[in-house]
Amino acid sequence: MKKVSYQNASMRFFGFAFSLLVAFSSFSLQAQDGDPVAGEKLFKANCAACHALNRKMTGPALAGVGDKYEREWLYSWIKNSSAMVKSGDEQAVAIYAEYNESVMTSFPLLTNTDIDNIIAYTMAPPPAPVVADTTAVAAAPADSGISNNIILGILGLVLAVLVIMLVLVNSTLRKIAAANGVVVEEEKRTPIWKAFAQNQFLVLVTAIFLLLGSAYFAYGWMMQVGIDQGYAPKQPIHYSHRIHAGANEIECKYCHSSARVSKHSGIPSLNVCMNCHKSIYEVAAETLAEGKSEYGIDYNKEIEKLYTAVGWDSENQRYTGETEPVDWVRIHNLPDFVYFNHSQHVEVAGVECQTCHGPVEEMEIMAQHSPLTMGWCINCHRETNVKTEGNEYYTKIHEELSKKYGVDKLTAAQMGGLECGKCHY
Amino acid sequence: MASNKKYWKSVEELDTNSTLVEALKQNEFIEEIPTDEFLGDKEVLESSSTSRRDFLKYVGFSTAAASLAACEGPVIKSIPYVVQPDTIVPGVANHYATTIANGFDFASVLVKTREGRPIFVKNHDKAATNASANGRVIASVLDLYDSGRLQGPTVGGEAVTWNAFDNAVAKKLVEIKASGKKLVLFTQTFASPSTTKLINEFKESFGNVEHVSYDAVSESAALDAFQNKYGVRALADYDFSKADVIISVGADILGDWQGGGFDAGYAKGRVPHADHGKGKMSYHVQFESNMTLSGANADKRVPLNPVQQKRVLAKLYAALAGGPSISGELPAAAESAIKTAVARAKKAGKNKTVVVSGIQDATAQALVLEINEMLGSVAIDTDAPKMVRSSSNKAVESLVAEMRSGQVGGVIMAGVNPVYSMPAKLGFEDALSKVGFRMTYSMKADETANACEFVAAAPHYLESWGDVQIKKGHYSLTQPTIRPLFDTRQFQEGLLQLMLSNKNYYDYIKDNWTESVLVDSSWNQALHDGVFQAPAIAQEEVVVAAAADELEESTSASAYNMASSLARNAKDVAETQVILYTKTGMGDGQQANNPWLQEFPDPITRAAWDNYITMNASDAAALGIENENVANGALNGHYSTVKVGDTELTLPVIIQPGQAKGTVGLALGYGRTAGVKDELQTGVNAFSLYNDFDNVQTAKSVSAPANGWHEFACIQLQNTLMGRGDIIRETTLDIFGAGDKHAYNEIPMVSKDHQEIPVTSPDADLWDSFDRSVGHHFNLSIDLNACTGCGACVVACHAENNVPVVGKEEVRKSRNMHWLRIDRYYSSEETFDGDNQKKENASGLFGDNGVKDVLISMEDPSENPQVAFQPVMCQHCNHAPCETVCPVAATAHGRQGQNHMAYNRCVGTRYCANNCPYKVRRFNWFLYNGNDEFDYHMNDDLGRMVLNPDVVVRSRGVMEKCSMCIQMTQKSILDAKRDGRTVKDSEFQTACSAACSSNALVFGDINDKESEVAHLKKSDRMYHLLESVGTEPNVFYHVKVRNTDKEA
Repeated sequence: MKKVSYQNASMRFFGFAFSLLVAFSSFSLQAQDGDPVAGEKLFKANCAACHALNRKMTGPALAGVGDKYEREWLYSWIKNSSAMVKSGDEQAVAIYAEYNESVMTSFPLLTNTDIDNIIAYTMAPPPAPVVADTTAVAAAPADSGISNNIILGILGLVLAVLVIMLVLVNSTLRKIAAANGVVVEEEKRTPIWKAFAQNQFLVLVTAIFLLLGSAYFAYGWMMQVGIDQGYAPKQPIHYSHRIHAGANEIECKYCHSSARVSKHSGIPSLNVCMNCHKSIYEVAAETLAEGKSEYGIDYNKEIEKLYTAVGWDSENQRYTGETEPVDWVRIHNLPDFVYFNHSQHVEVAGVECQTCHGPVEEMEIMAQHSPLTMGWCINCHRETNVKTEGNEYYTKIHEELSKKYGVDKLTAAQMGGLECGKCHY
Repeated sequence: MASNKKYWKSVEELDTNSTLVEALKQNEFIEEIPTDEFLGDKEVLESSSTSRRDFLKYVGFSTAAASLAACEGPVIKSIPYVVQPDTIVPGVANHYATTIANGFDFASVLVKTREGRPIFVKNHDKAATNASANGRVIASVLDLYDSGRLQGPTVGGEAVTWNAFDNAVAKKLVEIKASGKKLVLFTQTFASPSTTKLINEFKESFGNVEHVSYDAVSESAALDAFQNKYGVRALADYDFSKADVIISVGADILGDWQGGGFDAGYAKGRVPHADHGKGKMSYHVQFESNMTLSGANADKRVPLNPVQQKRVLAKLYAALAGGPSISGELPAAAESAIKTAVARAKKAGKNKTVVVSGIQDATAQALVLEINEMLGSVAIDTDAPKMVRSSSNKAVESLVAEMRSGQVGGVIMAGVNPVYSMPAKLGFEDALSKVGFRMTYSMKADETANACEFVAAAPHYLESWGDVQIKKGHYSLTQPTIRPLFDTRQFQEGLLQLMLSNKNYYDYIKDNWTESVLVDSSWNQALHDGVFQAPAIAQEEVVVAAAADELEESTSASAYNMASSLARNAKDVAETQVILYTKTGMGDGQQANNPWLQEFPDPITRAAWDNYITMNASDAAALGIENENVANGALNGHYSTVKVGDTELTLPVIIQPGQAKGTVGLALGYGRTAGVKDELQTGVNAFSLYNDFDNVQTAKSVSAPANGWHEFACIQLQNTLMGRGDIIRETTLDIFGAGDKHAYNEIPMVSKDHQEIPVTSPDADLWDSFDRSVGHHFNLSIDLNACTGCGACVVACHAENNVPVVGKEEVRKSRNMHWLRIDRYYSSEETFDGDNQKKENASGLFGDNGVKDVLISMEDPSENPQVAFQPVMCQHCNHAPCETVCPVAATAHGRQGQNHMAYNRCVGTRYCANNCPYKVRRFNWFLYNGNDEFDYHMNDDLGRMVLNPDVVVRSRGVMEKCSMCIQMTQKSILDAKRDGRTVKDSEFQTACSAACSSNALVFGDINDKESEVAHLKKSDRMYHLLESVGTEPNVFYHVKVRNTDKEA
């Protein structure tokens, strides 16, 4: 018993030792190889702005970087590259020179383990998630649409058969009657249109209705002339506000910055695009697939168009200087005789862009949301209160005007926002 | 009361029986609507093969097509920057400080640019000297967008590249060097320290180079006199705000005399202040031949011919010096004017007196300097003189002689057009053809460029670098505000290129400045400010002033000699004297292709698009020359031929009230033909008479009328205020000084229930007043005393508000579009009532107060009238007559006091213009942009670049008028809102008030009690135009006060 217990004890020791060994060896294995999944997170958070796996960006492509350099060298490079360049490390100086002497950000807070994880990711990135099911989901509603059509088709067919049958029955009966010598006598009646024409009252009423009706529709048609609500032209580059303002939640005024200070909201110049697109050279695989299936657009090709326009050589990460300015089709057109100032509405009044431009963040293709008619402007001026708080300009006028009109809050109209000359000069 | 005075705008109005004036008073729309013209005459209609059915078919089809086409909106493209410059935000204006120095006008200016294009030039308030941009300077922005500009260098008329050009020039220069002949640089006055240095370096490097500077309108006499006395070739500077008595003998101090730019100082001294029962303002006496702006503004004007002017100057010296008198015959009026002036000078203190002269005679100019030194005048500055003119008549004449004799191997010209501006007698073009190498830097294919083999396309000043020393010690910089539009190169770059320097001119200026101008100051700051004042000047001034005192004794004897020789040599001439002058709108003619300036009506004659002979009424009558006002208010005049030497010029005559007898005036700067659009080739080139560069020429003959009538584009009888008086109010300094407002500025009374009540009382009002005490309430103040009539505001309004140019024919039809006009009124010193009284008081037939003399003196009040200028724009009435009659409510009132005009709402009934008592509304008879019939700047893409993007370009068939620059006030308000602060008083401006360097126009918010305009509104001199109508305008005027003589 005792022996057994001894054996057990020795077994336990060995077992423990073995497990310890296994544990240790697995730990050391992990220390060298890292965890690619954790690495991916770290990579995207810290490195992706300047590095990609398989292409040069601001910094070199990182796929297989673990094989190119000593691990210890990589640790110190990542933690403080500029110190290495200063110290005259040969490899460091070479890479510094190759990438236009741009200094790599130091990451002193990354532990060696973190760096190992990142390297593990760069050595063997996890496979991209399969996107087949999204297309399957997208295909499903299309099926039900087809079945509806089939049902309608069948119904139509049945009706047609019924009509043919009735005609056949009628003609057969007539033939039988003719064969039997029965003469069907047709009553002489004035045709309905003649009766209508002879009834002057009816003609008059109908004419009046017709005239009124056509006037109504003519008025409706004429009033929409020159109003381009819903205007969504095809643009030279398929730019998706849905992705930028919606999915990525980029603030409108990041790109349309002149809306803050100028009467124009401004179409962003291409250098603004390049602030991000220098490093974003392709969209995520699922976005790409979605673009292809939903809108028939290859988003990556659209980014290429931007590069051509701005003259960016993405292979060598430099500007070629050969630019092709983009001819955007202007969507919101106010007539020349209207003065509208974005900064007045955006900065002073604090109006959300969406108030006039609609849910831009949901628009794949930008469209004019509001009618932009004078009535539409005026209504808003009548209903909207002026944001006077904290603006010294309004202090005195608000006090005096609210006393005059006996209200706490002043609308733009009460402030003088309905006067002709405020917008027409 | 002052308003009983007799005012007239045209001599025609003096004829009380004139049916024309009566008709013009009664009719707003003088012309019948030309239906006949529109329909054509019967014969043509009948012979046409188009039947009525066809006509209706076409009309129907085209209407349907037009309306269908209108349904489809156009596709508009927007092209953003690829890389947006960080200083440019679309929709936000940038301002740059720069300097214009075109050889005639020198001024520090601010340039407003939008999206990188300059659209407006205005006064630079930070500059101490020449910061007052005149009309020509303001209009200069349009020269940049001149479609007639040279777009690249040419050799022998063929366009070449700069490389080919340089090679060809280099070859020529080698030839010149080999021949041993000299190379001449024949340029404008640059007044540029860096250019001077560069030219000297070029002289050294090339050897045998001569530099001759040339001013088209010469100030050589004054320059010589100044150089003799002070050793510097420059012109004395004057600050008329420091003078209590201004005596001008033939000097148009408010015009282009000695480079101009004296208005601001002058106007400052002209605004009267009441102080302890006495009024105080400067006293200005003017002896002159032509009616000039200065004469028009003077308190006492004596029309004299040039010979008499010389005597006046000599006698004036004697009277001021108090020494022995100088003989010479003068009219009684001149004698008494001298006496009064001297008495005034003694009273004011001699050092508060200044004497100036425009006589082109070195002795006269030297005498002026002596007189001012003797007086110890504080208004003259000889220590920091002005450098804006430099040409020497002798040097120019000898150069032409050398050119003719073949001593000159080559000439390089820059900024000059001598083929146009040299007198015919000198034969410059012929002399030039004898020069082997002829090259010019020119913006346009002008007369000189056509005579040169090598034409280097030069940039506009808004595209160039440069530095200017307008006044000694006062430096300013020229910087580009736009990238060169064309393949151009400036003269200085060209010199650097010839010297094979690898520096560009920007670096050259910067190095020169850091070395010798700035000392320790910052270049970037200087460039930002546009001006830089050397700090050392102040000390120097004191030392020199002290030295001048010692000199005085010794000079007095020689001054007397000068005066007596001047008087001795002033011999009467029997022939007519031709006085050449430059017009406010045209200057020396280099801006002839500028439609704004062509359309600008001359302040005195009110005629645009022409030059002409101005002649005294009695001289004209003697020759049988007449002027005739036709039914629509336009003016026709006879032609006359003036012969000077062998040169004959035929020009129309305008009979000018106040023109000295025996003299005629003739404006330089017209008659340009090369490089000028057909429509803008106006007038006759008077430079051909400019012999010896003297503005006074003796005519061999002035002929009687010939060639029928000339049609002037003269607007003096147009837009009259319907025969209502009480427009100009004026008084004398004594009455004003006494402090009783009612004596000179009565509020009109109206009758209510048979009771006389003042028109301003609420009972007299038809309407309930809107409470305007909340928010802003804009008012514009116009001081008739400070307004010199220069017209800078008219051009500024043109530029800011996209006012179209309509052309000579349309102006003649009273269809000019100026939102702002400056009415010029003549008045005689008598009233109609006074005339009658005078006639009754006359005693005896002859003698001092005899009926004969009295009647003669009354015969022609136009011999020497008083003049008053009155800018009139929309008065923005609180109770506006135009608003109540608009059938579509296109014009309405804003609570900020502005009368709004919604062009898109206007249907063009013109009822508003009909009902406007001030006649300030303008109707768009045609589409003036993109219309070949109006081939001015708005007809090509280049010219349209000057349009202000914040103001709509009006279309045909709508009414327009002054908006009180609502785009500018709205911008100031928005800027304040965005910053969360209140608006500062100085932020509110209109284009006209910003352009007014004499501070006659002041704009602001009267609800801001601290504002300047609120103070001005409380002034005793304040009155409203046609107050009796009860329109309650938001524009108010200040009674004109004249410092008249009671002693005389």
